[in-house]
Amino acid sequence: MIQSPAELQNLRDRYAKGMAQQKAGILVCAGTGCVASGSLEVHAALEHALKEQGLHTSVQLLLEEESTGGVTAVKSGCHGFCEMGPLVRIDPEGVLYTKVKPVDAADIVAALDNGEPVERLLYRHPATQQVFVKESDIPFYKHQTRVALANCGHIDPNDIGAYIAKDGYQGAANALSMPPQDVVDNVLEANLRGRGGGGFPAGRKWSIAASVDADQKYIICNGDEGDPGAFMDRSVMEGDPHRIIEGMLIAGYAIGASQGYIYVRAEYPLAVERLRQALSDAEAWGLLGDNILGTGFSFALHVKEGAGAFVCGEESALIASIEGERGMPRPKPPFPAVAGLWNKPTIINNVETLANVPDILRRGVDWFKNSGTPSSPGTKTFALTGEVANTGLIEVPMGLTVRDVVYTIGGGIRKQMAFKAVQIGGPSGGCLTEEHLDLPLDYDSLQQVGAMIGSGGLVVMNEETCIVEVARFFMEFTQNESCGKCVLCREGTRRMKEILQRIVDGQGAESDLGLLEEVGESVQAGSLCGLGKTAPNPVLTTLQYFEEEYLAHVRDKRCPAGVCPGLKTFAIAAEDCVGCSKCARVCPVDAISGKVKEPFVIDREACIKCGACVDACKFGAVVEVA
Amino acid sequence: MASVDLQNEQSGIEFVEQSVQKWGRSPSALIPILQDIQQQYRYLPEQLLTHAATALELPPASVYGVATFYAQFSLDPKGKYLIKVCDGTACHVRKSMPVYEAIRKRVRLVDGKSTTEDMQYTVETVSCLGACGLAPVVTINDKVYGQMTPDAITAIIDMLEQQEGEV
Repeated sequence: MIQSPAELQNLRDRYAKGMAQQKAGILVCAGTGCVASGSLEVHAALEHALKEQGLHTSVQLLLEEESTGGVTAVKSGCHGFCEMGPLVRIDPEGVLYTKVKPVDAADIVAALDNGEPVERLLYRHPATQQVFVKESDIPFYKHQTRVALANCGHIDPNDIGAYIAKDGYQGAANALSMPPQDVVDNVLEANLRGRGGGGFPAGRKWSIAASVDADQKYIICNGDEGDPGAFMDRSVMEGDPHRIIEGMLIAGYAIGASQGYIYVRAEYPLAVERLRQALSDAEAWGLLGDNILGTGFSFALHVKEGAGAFVCGEESALIASIEGERGMPRPKPPFPAVAGLWNKPTIINNVETLANVPDILRRGVDWFKNSGTPSSPGTKTFALTGEVANTGLIEVPMGLTVRDVVYTIGGGIRKQMAFKAVQIGGPSGGCLTEEHLDLPLDYDSLQQVGAMIGSGGLVVMNEETCIVEVARFFMEFTQNESCGKCVLCREGTRRMKEILQRIVDGQGAESDLGLLEEVGESVQAGSLCGLGKTAPNPVLTTLQYFEEEYLAHVRDKRCPAGVCPGLKTFAIAAEDCVGCSKCARVCPVDAISGKVKEPFVIDREACIKCGACVDACKFGAVVEVA
Repeated sequence: MASVDLQNEQSGIEFVEQSVQKWGRSPSALIPILQDIQQQYRYLPEQLLTHAATALELPPASVYGVATFYAQFSLDPKGKYLIKVCDGTACHVRKSMPVYEAIRKRVRLVDGKSTTEDMQYTVETVSCLGACGLAPVVTINDKVYGQMTPDAITAIIDMLEQQEGEV
């Protein structure tokens, strides 16, 4: 039990000392991506190798005075560079090993002694062939500034001591020593804006709730990360759960709430598990519960699992879901800050927003405002995915350009193809084109071009991506996820999806484009919540920036990217076909037939134009014909 | 709507009762209780929904409303292997649909059905599993498989069936 800020400080020092005394710390990425690539087996192999060499230390021993010279191998949260997983970093030097397999464990452990890193596992730049030893020198990491993700991949998320050793709960200790209003003022002055997408200043929300008199107030952490293509909240919840607890503790104290909920998406079982562990550790150590750090402030937290509904990312729908109802939005006002959960004043902040709070209270407002732009201070995490060379999770100062992110950090487009667009902000956002490559990534600049930062999903598309098909994809998503309360959203998204389906099927007319715009604008105007208000964005921005591509579909009945099934036909070039039968075996509808060693043929009637045969053919014999 | 085996109905009601004890009798306990039932039976049997409604003093229609609103809940039984193909944006642009079609072909699913006749496989798409760095992603009973291709997933299912044969 930690009973005072002084005890917290003391524990931090002891733990940090224990860490510094060990010979090395091995951090194996146990984020979802690396686990899928086999990192848990790598971790087991490393522990085994360490034990064989008599080097193994468990983290519990770090607090013992005599701990020296050992090596810990811990499972950390996401390191971010998912493309190169499983990832293993050796601290304190910060050596990064990529694509590690269990058989590499012995070499990695041997390298701890002889000081020569295992060269075959180091990151090699695909273009320049330059080899990097240290993680911090790799271009993917070099240009990042990590605040919310500072500990992700650097500590064992299940070890509260490791968080405390990294100055964890110091921000809370500072906050609890101030009057609550000063805490609100700090966050207000830092101009911390909602990282979930809207960009509403967190401090403004807090001051509304703080000024309302009520016997009970609530703070909710919105971990219902529903945007397809975004996984930053997941990584923070899985990789640094105590940071969220600390952020909520500070927010709770600031507005006078004694209860809080962390609402986590159903699809994130690992996040739920890690958060539950963190909650019970924080309770056991006296950082949650009654009389926290001897200050008299009491705060309790609960984890609430979502049940799979995108609309629950909207504040009032999320509240309805916690109350046990269908997750449908409610009209505002009253705003949740005045009357939210069970009609009590409630503050809902996104995971990443709350993850920034501890550092603002620990390192100060000026430090926070040092990065980012004047109107969007601080950093933002982005999930960099799609057809980009380095996929993964990054955190950069606000105001970096799209080019910096896609090319400098992301390493450009895969397979040297041409950049076409980047979709930002998921189903609420828009598509940015080449002309926007030098646009700064901040709330206001993006809004001006009809997009939004959203939660920070950046899906990069190359010349082989059909923009119209992507717009259809998003409309299908929002149409599925529309809760059905507002007629314009329910019916409008469905009609928009139908029109887009018609266009990709080759049945579109030129008048459809105007119709899409008209329906889109009506949906925006006639919807209660953010889902409907922003659902037409992907269509409206692409209509604006890729009009040519739409016209090619409806006027020339041609898909320039060669994607839309309704607008293409496949055939096998007899002279290139060796008759290996691979295409016939991958065809999901058995539309390809022929005799082995003789040219195969495609039955055009049966073909669903999925393109599996094109990808499967090693000889380039399957071709698209106009 | 499918139903639980009548002989087991009593045990089902006891299960709901335990869940109600755990979460309490307030309306806000409904979703956690349904999640318990879904996890135990892999779907929501009608009798148990009715029982949950009675236990929480909610109209069965409200319970049905909640059960059908959220994607996590299913009113139909699922196969032994639940295969989810991620069709989030990142997976979609990295060609998740051919992977989905290949799975349907491999487990011989026809006519828009999502569960095989022998109740071995249920194949679904999900909007995003949050492992976009490894797109396209497939999960089989919550084990994650990244960077899938039609060939790779077919081989994985072959392997599953082989293990199944050995048991």
